[in-house]
Amino acid sequence: MSEPRLVEVRRNVLKQNDVIARALREQFRAAGVFVVSLVSSPGSGKTTFLEKTLTQLQPRYRVAALVGDLATENDAVRLARSKAPVKQITTGTLCHLEAAMVQNALQEWDLHQLDFLFIENVGNLVCPSSYDLGENLRLVLMSVTEGEDKPLKYPTIFNSADVAVVTKNELAEAVEFDWNVARTSIQSVRPGMQIFRLSAKTGQGMEEYLNFLAHQLAEQRAVAHI
Amino acid sequence: MHELSIAMGIVDAALDESQRRGVHVSAVHLRLGALSGVVKDALMFSYEVACQDTPLQGSQLIVEDVPVIVFCAHCEVERELPSVQLFACPECGTPTMDIRHGKELEVFAIEVQEEEVPEEEVRE
Repeated sequence: MSEPRLVEVRRNVLKQNDVIARALREQFRAAGVFVVSLVSSPGSGKTTFLEKTLTQLQPRYRVAALVGDLATENDAVRLARSKAPVKQITTGTLCHLEAAMVQNALQEWDLHQLDFLFIENVGNLVCPSSYDLGENLRLVLMSVTEGEDKPLKYPTIFNSADVAVVTKNELAEAVEFDWNVARTSIQSVRPGMQIFRLSAKTGQGMEEYLNFLAHQLAEQRAVAHI
Repeated sequence: MHELSIAMGIVDAALDESQRRGVHVSAVHLRLGALSGVVKDALMFSYEVACQDTPLQGSQLIVEDVPVIVFCAHCEVERELPSVQLFACPECGTPTMDIRHGKELEVFAIEVQEEEVPEEEVRE
């Protein structure tokens, strides 16, 4: 064989995922459904938060959820209590969702019958950051018990998110959570990001966040119909 | 850890190029952004695993780290961020989310050795 030489190829490693994600985004737009993906650490209260979100949106909106989990169906069972359609994506050993998994999971659903679709990613603040799922909004959730510097420890995922929710606020005092430090950390890794501080358990602060979602949906539909 | 699936994606891309061009790949050059969400050491290890039992076995993964480059609206120039923990212009301190580089996860080039195909057919 001859001497090695360098050939420029320029191939995006995640191209396959990105192509599917783009197709999904277009599908969501055409159906008029607003899609929110949730990323967080394990144990941050993501499922409780999502359960409350689904329950409280339901009187006014048609909502559904896809739930990524490594092995169990516990989360899907809990979310089903909200009476919203919920589908589990069991990822096995995979630590994140990919666009193709979302596409497969949605095959039997008529997206035109939905206003909001929530995609709960696997509890992990590292891996999901690389994968576009076609969502309209990426929501990063952290709880006050995780500490104010969580964003500085996981800057990539916080940077990739569109909105932050700080939950378990009912425990803030007990764990001496410093709100200003947390806000500075978030703004440092993701300047301008909107932050909601709430308690999914007591319901405090939920309304402002739900109004924000309603506004996002209205805005998306207004743009789609121009 | 999702580096193994990323590594498999790299191997797939390189194998595809290798087959299309009829060449043997001895090294893969990857551009890896500081915001790609991929850990370099884990990727290097995973690459070796992903190459096993493929024509790429024994090939080298050469990673070029790409720093985060942002555009500062105040200075009106692109700046390199010294840390991904602070998205602000390192000169004037203006916060910025105008990210120009740093998300790269790209097989930039491959080092090849011709097999039996004449060179004219494989030239870029």
